[in-house]
Amino acid sequence: MSAPAPSAAAPVLAVRDLAKSFGGVHAVQGVSFTVEAGRMVALIGPNGAGKTTCFNMLGGQLRPDRGEIALKGRSIAGLRPREIWRLGVGRTFQITATFSSMTVRENVQMALISDAGGIWSPFRAARAQHAAAAEALLAQVGMLEQAERACGVLAYGDLKRVELAVALANRPGLLLMDEPTAGMAPRERVALMALTARIASETGIAVLFTEHDMDVVFAHADRVIVLDRGRLLAEGPAEAIRQDPQVRAVYLGSGTVSGGH
Amino acid sequence: MSALLAIAGLDAYYGRAHILQGVGFDMGRGEVLALMGRNGAGKSTTMKAVMGLVPPAGGTIRFDGQRIEGREPFAIARLGIGYVPEERRIFSELTVMENLAVGRRPPREGAPHWTPDRLFALFPNLGRMRDRPGGAMSGGEQQMLTIARTLMGNPRLLLLDEPSEGLAPVIVEAMAATILRLKEEGMSILLSEQNLHFAGNVADRAAIIEKGVIRFTGTMDALKANEAVRTQYLSV
Amino acid sequence: MLDLILTQTLNGLASASSLFLVASGLSIIFGVTRIVNFAHGSLYMLGAYLGWTLVAWLGPASPLGFWGGVVLAALLVAGIGALIEIAILRRIYPAPELFQLLATFGVVLMIQDIALAVWGPEDKLGPRAPGFRSFVILFDSRFPSYELLLIAIGPAVLALLWFLFRKTRWGTLVRAATQDREMVGALGVNQRLLFTSVFAFGAGLAGLGGALQLPREAATLHMDLSMIAEVFVVVVVGGLGSVAGAYLAAVLIGVLHAFGILIFPKITLVLVFLVMAVVLVVKPYGLLGRRPAGQPRATAVEPLLRPADRATKRAGLLALLLLAALPLAAPDSLLLILTELLIFTLFAASLHFMMGPGGLASFGHAAYFGLGAYGAALAVKWLGAPMEPALLFAPFLAGIAGVVFGWFCVRLSGVYLAMLTLAFAQIAWATAFQWVELTGGDNGILGVWPSAWAVSKTAFYYLALAICAACVLLLRVMIFSPLGYGLRAARDNALRAEAIGIDTMRVQWAAFAIAALAAGVAGGLFAFFKGSVFPTYLAIPRSVDALLMVLLGGVQTVSGPIVGAFAYAGLSEQLAKLTLYWRFALGLAIVLLVMLFPRGLVGGFLAWRERLGPGAGAR
Repeated sequence: MSAPAPSAAAPVLAVRDLAKSFGGVHAVQGVSFTVEAGRMVALIGPNGAGKTTCFNMLGGQLRPDRGEIALKGRSIAGLRPREIWRLGVGRTFQITATFSSMTVRENVQMALISDAGGIWSPFRAARAQHAAAAEALLAQVGMLEQAERACGVLAYGDLKRVELAVALANRPGLLLMDEPTAGMAPRERVALMALTARIASETGIAVLFTEHDMDVVFAHADRVIVLDRGRLLAEGPAEAIRQDPQVRAVYLGSGTVSGGH
Repeated sequence: MSALLAIAGLDAYYGRAHILQGVGFDMGRGEVLALMGRNGAGKSTTMKAVMGLVPPAGGTIRFDGQRIEGREPFAIARLGIGYVPEERRIFSELTVMENLAVGRRPPREGAPHWTPDRLFALFPNLGRMRDRPGGAMSGGEQQMLTIARTLMGNPRLLLLDEPSEGLAPVIVEAMAATILRLKEEGMSILLSEQNLHFAGNVADRAAIIEKGVIRFTGTMDALKANEAVRTQYLSV
Repeated sequence: MLDLILTQTLNGLASASSLFLVASGLSIIFGVTRIVNFAHGSLYMLGAYLGWTLVAWLGPASPLGFWGGVVLAALLVAGIGALIEIAILRRIYPAPELFQLLATFGVVLMIQDIALAVWGPEDKLGPRAPGFRSFVILFDSRFPSYELLLIAIGPAVLALLWFLFRKTRWGTLVRAATQDREMVGALGVNQRLLFTSVFAFGAGLAGLGGALQLPREAATLHMDLSMIAEVFVVVVVGGLGSVAGAYLAAVLIGVLHAFGILIFPKITLVLVFLVMAVVLVVKPYGLLGRRPAGQPRATAVEPLLRPADRATKRAGLLALLLLAALPLAAPDSLLLILTELLIFTLFAASLHFMMGPGGLASFGHAAYFGLGAYGAALAVKWLGAPMEPALLFAPFLAGIAGVVFGWFCVRLSGVYLAMLTLAFAQIAWATAFQWVELTGGDNGILGVWPSAWAVSKTAFYYLALAICAACVLLLRVMIFSPLGYGLRAARDNALRAEAIGIDTMRVQWAAFAIAALAAGVAGGLFAFFKGSVFPTYLAIPRSVDALLMVLLGGVQTVSGPIVGAFAYAGLSEQLAKLTLYWRFALGLAIVLLVMLFPRGLVGGFLAWRERLGPGAGAR
């Protein structure tokens, strides 16, 4: 592929001093971190720690009060979701977001048509456009056999894979995945994240994901960022985070009832 | 003595999808039963069917010997079944006290009587934020509030739908402790769960559901010993 | 000057009170039941008529007679509200929003004919309130004391509502149900009782508003729709679900009216429109409203939309050929009926384009049909244009309106959008009705005749067939183009659509304009077909005609509107011929339709087919 191999030193995403309040609640207060090309970085923390707020600022669904978000050196803070997407950011949502009245293939085609700037064409048939490219993406996530099925009737795990294909359609440099495995069975979780990790290492995409399943986090994250009450609590390699006493106190717990076994 | 909750041959549909295909199990008084299974296996639908939120297409549900299938949710709640939904569904515009007020029902014979003060002893966090709107609380606090709100109805049976889902591990530990406290009070609890660690900590017995059919019932210890069942139906 | 400003302000405040009572009732009902009660204006009207009767009966001279009559009227309307809730609404809570709106519109039609039958077509002049017949001298000008009383009633009711909702258990339950009614039920609260009480309460407020208005203006048969349009504006401006917002907006609109009538009597409505525009740009969910949160309705999973298969295409072609060959055999009377049906088919197809793939339900689509008709008629009357350029001017005018109105409408969605489209249509209607110099007002514009070559019934039939078939086919092509897909993407999941670079609002705006344009073409044809235009072309019933055609045929099928237009237009024509009280019959038919097929005709058909098939066990 002709994708330029970015040096590991230059981060794809650099977040500095990001902050957002709602009314009097400081959801995110001065968070900084980076994500490098080809790496899987997990964002974890208790509920209400600011993970989703952070994500929505990165994706453009929320406008930050303060702080800098740089994508490959270019500021994207405060841009709209569709502008951020055009700069090469793919996104999946906690509750899968797909078009239920379209087939799996048409879902991916829509992203490709939009990427090529072809939405504003009222007289040509859409079904013929970018069909081959859409099928190639579906093959990559293992959904080619179900290309002609309606998105509205797919199993949950399959829907997540369609969303991944859609998110990859604009050849993004950064992939944002909000709780990618929520609501999936343990085996499905492993399969989806292994697939994502493979794509990340093959194409050099930087992946940032939030996750509650510590098995997934510790198995697939190169690096882990821990948020607590809107602040950065800890950051580092997965194993170091697992042993961090502070992280254990506010988030991981003693490990008796969930995860980390 | 009859079971507190006895479900037999329960059928339910979502649109055209046949979600529950003859579900049946019993649970006794004071028991904590974990209904386990994958996503989409029918755990939540079973709970909703008991609560009357999903109309059963067939089968019977007996609560304390009385048939309750097909009744309206409010009538079922008044018989003494408390429902804590998976998505928490607190009233975010209402304060903690107002949320509790909505759940308030008269005292009930044979069930612990809950007042806000007693609940604040169980959930000290809530007591410190009586006038805070539910929307301004963290996910863990909301989960506690939704349980407290349901307890205000003085239920004899508590339905907890995925109480550990989407919560930080420390909160999950606190949740487990709360369930054990309620059990000490004599509360009967039916909880749906995917997390085997969590279920193992709080439940006496487990029922495993797969594609709308109960595949296994037995004690938690029996389940822990049965690796074949665990790998086949829980995919762990 | 200063005293004039003061008296007009007081005037505005006085008229705001009734507006507020009706709007707050609508808002409260919507909060809990999620039904926008179209019939709320009708309850207001009933309040006025019942008040008129009761006050006359109890003795208008004594304070007890007057106030007793007013209160009794409000209570009676509350009772009627409870009856409507129990008999109709209770059965349609699971139905899609649009069907609920339609059902309440059916109630509007029924109440109109009931009022006509009971009170007759003449306006009923109301009694003056005993004890409040004099004037108060304020800043050297005389001000009716009854107006001052009305001014006081507004904030008093606001305070009462605040107390009710914050300090009583009923209020807490209502607020909880506003957020999540199912959960309230699961906590042991009898929802039915709660819903009925809320509906009765809201209806009572509307009835009180109507009865209190009696000393100020006569009770008429038109006050229902004019009130509901104004109330929709108030609720959209104030924020649906916010009682305080309703008061604020009612005062704003009331005062604006008072000054507008004084300064620019002809463009009062334009002023209201401008204020609404400014508010919506700054705060899309109204002054005190919030983005509708809480329980997003389980988003309906829309079925796949596939291009027509060979058989459907062949059937379409055959139908077209048949229509083309028909004048060889058919008599003129049949051709006339068919021409009208063709025009209505295009009208329905234009609405379907935004409503089906776009998910933008318009309750005021007649505005664009009517503006098309007026566009053609005005071109003929004022520019002396022949038919051909006038037919081009028709979609031009409708399209401009579509672009302007659409810009605001696509900022909202669901029932909010429906309410706004209706308000815009009312404004367009009122302009056609009031601007007598330009439009001839109620008398319309006559003498809009086709060019010589198209005068014969056969020629005009072919003209209509060619234009309508071409436009409908073009709309079809667009549905399957990237733009049409983008439109469906915005409907299915706006979050995802934006996240793959689609400017959803612009796509919807374009669809709105295209739909208006197509409706304008139909309107232009209709003007030449009838030879005249009237304000009724833009009125609410015409909008509902279009809605019924689309819903009857099925929103999620592309050929639905064609079938629906033929079915509905034929039916209503017959109904009008058969009975004097056709509104009542039509209203009843709508209500029954929604109650018997809460999922729509197509949904009902699918469910029926499912039950016949070997459904069990299939996944």
